[in-house]
Amino acid sequence: MSAEGGRLEVNDSLLFDASSIAPASQWPSSFILKPSSAVMMLKITDLHASAGTKEILKGISLTINPGEVHAIMGPNGSGKSTLAQVIAGHPGYEVTSGTIEYEGEDLLDMDAEIRAQAGVFLAFQYPVEIPGVTNAYFLRAAYNELRKARGEEEVDPIEFLDIMEEKLALVEMDSTMMQRSVNAGFSGGEKKRNEILQMAVLEPKLAVLDETDSGLDIDALRIVAEGVNKLRRKDRSTIVVTHYQRLLNYIVPDYVHVLAAGRIVRSGGKELALELEAKGYDWLLEPVGV
Amino acid sequence: MSSSIESLVNKEYAYGFVTDIESDTIPRGLSEETIRQISAKKNEPEWLLDWRLKAYRRWLTMTEPHWSNVKYNPIDYQAQTYYSAPKSVKPLQSLAEVDPELLKTYEKLGISLTEQKRLTGVAVDAIFDSVSVGTTMKEELTKVGVVFCSFGEAVHKHPELVKKYLGSVVPYSDNFFAALNSAVFSDGSFVYVPKGVKCPLELSTYFRINAADTGQFERTLIVADEGASVSYLEGCTAPKRATNQLHAAVVEIVALDRGSVKYSTVQNWYAGDKDGVGGIYNFVTKRGKALTDAKISWTQVETGSAITWKYPSVILQGDNAVGEFYSVAVVNNKQQADTGTKMIHIGRNTRSTIISKGISAGQGQNSYRGQVKVLPKAEGARNYTQCDSMLIGNACGAHTFPYIEVANNTATLEHEASTSKIGEDQIFYCKQRGLNAEHAISLIVAGFCKEVFKELPMEFALEAQQLLGISLEGSVG
Repeated sequence: MSAEGGRLEVNDSLLFDASSIAPASQWPSSFILKPSSAVMMLKITDLHASAGTKEILKGISLTINPGEVHAIMGPNGSGKSTLAQVIAGHPGYEVTSGTIEYEGEDLLDMDAEIRAQAGVFLAFQYPVEIPGVTNAYFLRAAYNELRKARGEEEVDPIEFLDIMEEKLALVEMDSTMMQRSVNAGFSGGEKKRNEILQMAVLEPKLAVLDETDSGLDIDALRIVAEGVNKLRRKDRSTIVVTHYQRLLNYIVPDYVHVLAAGRIVRSGGKELALELEAKGYDWLLEPVGV
Repeated sequence: MSSSIESLVNKEYAYGFVTDIESDTIPRGLSEETIRQISAKKNEPEWLLDWRLKAYRRWLTMTEPHWSNVKYNPIDYQAQTYYSAPKSVKPLQSLAEVDPELLKTYEKLGISLTEQKRLTGVAVDAIFDSVSVGTTMKEELTKVGVVFCSFGEAVHKHPELVKKYLGSVVPYSDNFFAALNSAVFSDGSFVYVPKGVKCPLELSTYFRINAADTGQFERTLIVADEGASVSYLEGCTAPKRATNQLHAAVVEIVALDRGSVKYSTVQNWYAGDKDGVGGIYNFVTKRGKALTDAKISWTQVETGSAITWKYPSVILQGDNAVGEFYSVAVVNNKQQADTGTKMIHIGRNTRSTIISKGISAGQGQNSYRGQVKVLPKAEGARNYTQCDSMLIGNACGAHTFPYIEVANNTATLEHEASTSKIGEDQIFYCKQRGLNAEHAISLIVAGFCKEVFKELPMEFALEAQQLLGISLEGSVG
């Protein structure tokens, strides 16, 4: 893709009116100058997806540029988590029409592990337990798979310890955590912190946080949010899926989208989240007949 | 079950090749004449022939047991061949005399018998069909007085030891398959560790069935004298053949006062194809007797065989004796396993631990069958049993049959059991972190089996883990 082509497409493909919120003058300079980073991170076009015979996503379009944080909000059952799972490639959902481009590539054509190796990370709403496999072993296996995919040397357990030390501090986790089985017997807060730890280690280009705030007390919420904020970079995009506004006090989004009945019914800046907090979702749902 | 799991669980058996070598084989069928022929080929003393014949006569009066949770077509004992040996194998002075075809076979299996490439710290006895083709590291062992040789050699060189201990733990009358083995056993390994000696090497026997329609009936006898200790490992493979082959082995272990024997098995006999055609029928009797302050520990990783019927047991005869059983049993496709242990507490303060991990995939049926028996004099006996099953897919089965008999009210017994299923969610979680499905399943299964793998000698723990991955390919990982 040429530099001009990339830039043009960015503007053309903004399917919600976000130009007033983030004018080109505020874009990171690297975004304008470097053709490579001018490629959109994620471009979802008219996405329809079903679980079994039930259609859950009914035409989602969304464009995310490098460095942006997008919040996806909406009532229960609106399809927020489904969208997160579909981006990550969960086999339980079938994409019936529409496209997802990731860095200009067809994301839907990639297996889940290829997506992960290409830099897509999902922080799970319900992290899965793997008894008998230590966090350290699991995380190093994942880290090395990503390195292999980039044609880099694998790291040995000793080297990995050094890498871990710095990352553990980021989420205020103790190194004893690394010797426990993956998520087994972890409290709700520990599981969510463990997800952010994995994100810190795997350094994704696109991070999708699926209800990372659910089940967290205020201290754990702060730790998790601070961890995410420290990982914000101009070449890393983040999708924050959440039901409540409170997480967005900590992780301030560039854009907020409201999902209802499988469609985006409203997009706006961070102030939209505050409006939702004050007024609830109903005022947005009624006009669109949900 | 997702296609990814299915394809994983159906991987090819890597050891299914046949070695083209001339064999000295006796005609099919079983009679007193067959037994005399086997005994004559091995140039055995009269007492051993008598023992075989007594076993045979006893066997004739017995019926094949059918209480286990496995189903198979009737075995025609007259259609089997009971002795087959590579022609080139005569009593060998050194490994240099071993037929290069045979050495190549073991190289292909990853077992090097040649000096240079051998695993350091491990002595290997290789059994090909009915006979031992070579034992490595003999000199190192001789220096400390450890006897490690083929059973046939032991009969000639250490007749007093063989006579004393043969049948002392598993008498020829013990059960149908043990009686059959006692009548026709061809070779196996013999280990004697003298008083107070800690065997400096891991001892390992590698069993290979090559000839078609030939049963393998090896007999292993391990004796740890007072205060002696040894760690022993056996591995098994066989070519892929469309007919079922019979394997009925007996292993006897004697641990005298303060003696300690650790016996590890990685059983990977050919399991049959995905439709259940072919594969080894593995009917094995393994038992140890532990005297005062002695310890016997069984660790097994069972991934092969069409049918597995095997219960490595410990008779805790002396006070303070310790028995352990750590097991991973994997069934895939149409494999069936009925395996477990017996811990018989006779002495005071005897202790036993049972950790069993069953993994079922494809249409495999996996049964744990375990007996813990505490006799009246076993004051303060203790047992801990943990039995976990993992299911992969919807067409397999896991079954647990614990038998507990306690005749002393000071005994303490604990039994824990669990069943879990490898879920799409676990696999997706791993894939989302960049691991492919195969890697994910082997990781999940390795985690499940961790408590057992850590009991294996280090050289073999990795091998076992990889083997498990292969067994689960195309069904489970």
